[in-house]
Parts: sequence; structure tokens; C-alpha cells
Amino acid sequence: MRTRGAGPPRIRAMPRVVVDVMPKPEILDPQGKAVLGALPRLGFTGVTDVRQGKRFELEVHEVNDDVLAEISTMAETFLANTVIENFTVRVEDK
Amino acid sequence: MKIGVVTFPGTLDDIDAARAVRIGGNEAVSLWHGDHDLKGVDAVILPGGFSYGDYLRCGAISRFSPVMTEVIEAAGKGLPVLGICNGFQVLCESHLLPGALIRNDHRKFICRDQRLRIENAATAWTSAFAQGQEIVVPLKNGEGQFVADAETLDRLEGEGRIVARYVDVNPNGSLRDIAGVTNEAGNVVGLMPHPEHAVEELTGSGTDGLGFFTSLVEKVFA
Repeated sequence: MRTRGAGPPRIRAMPRVVVDVMPKPEILDPQGKAVLGALPRLGFTGVTDVRQGKRFELEVHEVNDDVLAEISTMAETFLANTVIENFTVRVEDK
Repeated sequence: MKIGVVTFPGTLDDIDAARAVRIGGNEAVSLWHGDHDLKGVDAVILPGGFSYGDYLRCGAISRFSPVMTEVIEAAGKGLPVLGICNGFQVLCESHLLPGALIRNDHRKFICRDQRLRIENAATAWTSAFAQGQEIVVPLKNGEGQFVADAETLDRLEGEGRIVARYVDVNPNGSLRDIAGVTNEAGNVVGLMPHPEHAVEELTGSGTDGLGFFTSLVEKVFA
């Protein structure tokens, strides 16, 4: 019988690139507004604004300029709608 | 005329749209999201629903389906295309129409009989209406708030590309009360409310929506 936690630690060999997508500042963010409205009801005070976005974690074989360029294109054309959203691409530190 | 009605996984209103096409005097042709050709249709309707589960953003994944590659190319050559509700979202994601549709400002899904004013009766899909005519058709959306930057909105107004505006009530916070827009050529129209649900006296709010499905014929025989 296998015991949880036994064996060698899981190795994450693949580097990870993170794409963060946020609604543009001038675009109304109804979801962020809903979260903001809920905070005082739950007893959390001191937050003056909330914006809600999306985070994509992309596992890739390796990170190089070509890979990052391709991910930028992917973010620009698919992961984000640049009419209403901004995005950033970064390699996650291990 | 043969009008294609596209079904994506998650589309809801394809059957109603096809029925409206037939009641409007045209032949409805079913198109599947995986199709690589448009079966020789004279026009295409992208109906309402929740294509691909609205994952990522409404219309974002549909926009890359094989049939949309064909629709985008044909629209560029003048094929009349009407996107209703989710179809409007697909057209914006495809960049065939400017702007985007985001969650309603009040954050609730809305379903009501909505009064609209036809602001441009010269498009392929609205020529059966009189300029300025007011109609009532059902509206049902959670993400129907039309947004674009001020420059784009000014251009749309200046070029007469706002096809319909909400009257009495702005149901979703759409900027400048915009319910529908068209492209520069006037062959591609996106509309958030549902004219296909208002084509028979038996159901719906009346028959005010029928004009969207008879306009093509009137234009051809005009």
C-alpha cells in the first residue's frame, strides 16, 4: 500500500510562464464591484477598490525569446481581448 | 435566399433563428461550427446562446472555429452576416465589429420586452424598417453591456453605424444606449436583443422582429 507523502518529491521540470489579464482601468469591472460590495458585509474594511482579472499559467518545454514572443502573440490574440483588457507576460521564478 | 444559421456547441437560439428565417420568406441552412464551407449560402446568422460555455470570454473561442474562418473571409467580401446576442459577441471577438460586450453594469441577467429605435435602416438586415422606427423585441443577456473607447463611439455615431439604440430603459449599461452596430460596409450587423423571438403573434412580444429576416429579400428585389 502506498502511503501519502512517500517517495521522492515531485519534480517540476517544465518552466512556467504566467500571463495576467486585467480589465483596462477605464472599463467598468462589475465582478470587482461585486467583490468590493461584499467585503464590508463580511467585516473586511479598508479596501477602497477591487479589480478582478485572470491568471493563466502556461507550462512550456523551455523559455527563450521565440517562446515568449509566441506567448505574447497568444495573449494578444486569444487570452486577452485588448479592446477591454491589458495583459502582462512573465516567467515565473522557481 | 439561402441563409445559413450556425450552431456552435452551446448555441441556444439556432432553431428559433432558422424558423424566423423561414417565416421571413427565406430558406434556412444549418451550418455546424466545424464546417469548412458555407454551403453556398447568401447570408449567415450567428444566433444567441452560450457557445463553448462562454469560456475565456463570450465568443472568444467560437471566433476561432473552422466555420468562423469562412464567415470572416466571406464577410470581408460583402456576405451579409447578422450576429444576435452571443453572435454579436462572436462578431466583436472576430473584430468584424468594433467594441466589446461585457457583464451588465447591474450584474444581473436580464430578460424583458425591450423597446428599440432603428437608427440605421440602410444595412443589409434593417432595410425593411423605417429610419427611426421603434420596435419591441425580447432582450435576454448577462453580458450585454456594449463598450468601446470614446473615439470609436464618436466614429460609430458620425458614420451612422449605430443600428439600434435602447429606448425608455438602458437594460445593461451599454454606452450611448447602443443595442446594435454595423461595420463600415453595412453588411455585418450585431444586435444584443432577439428579433428572432418576435416573429409570430402566438408567442413573444409581437412581430416587430420580422424585419430583420425580410430585409435581405426586400434589398434584392428593390
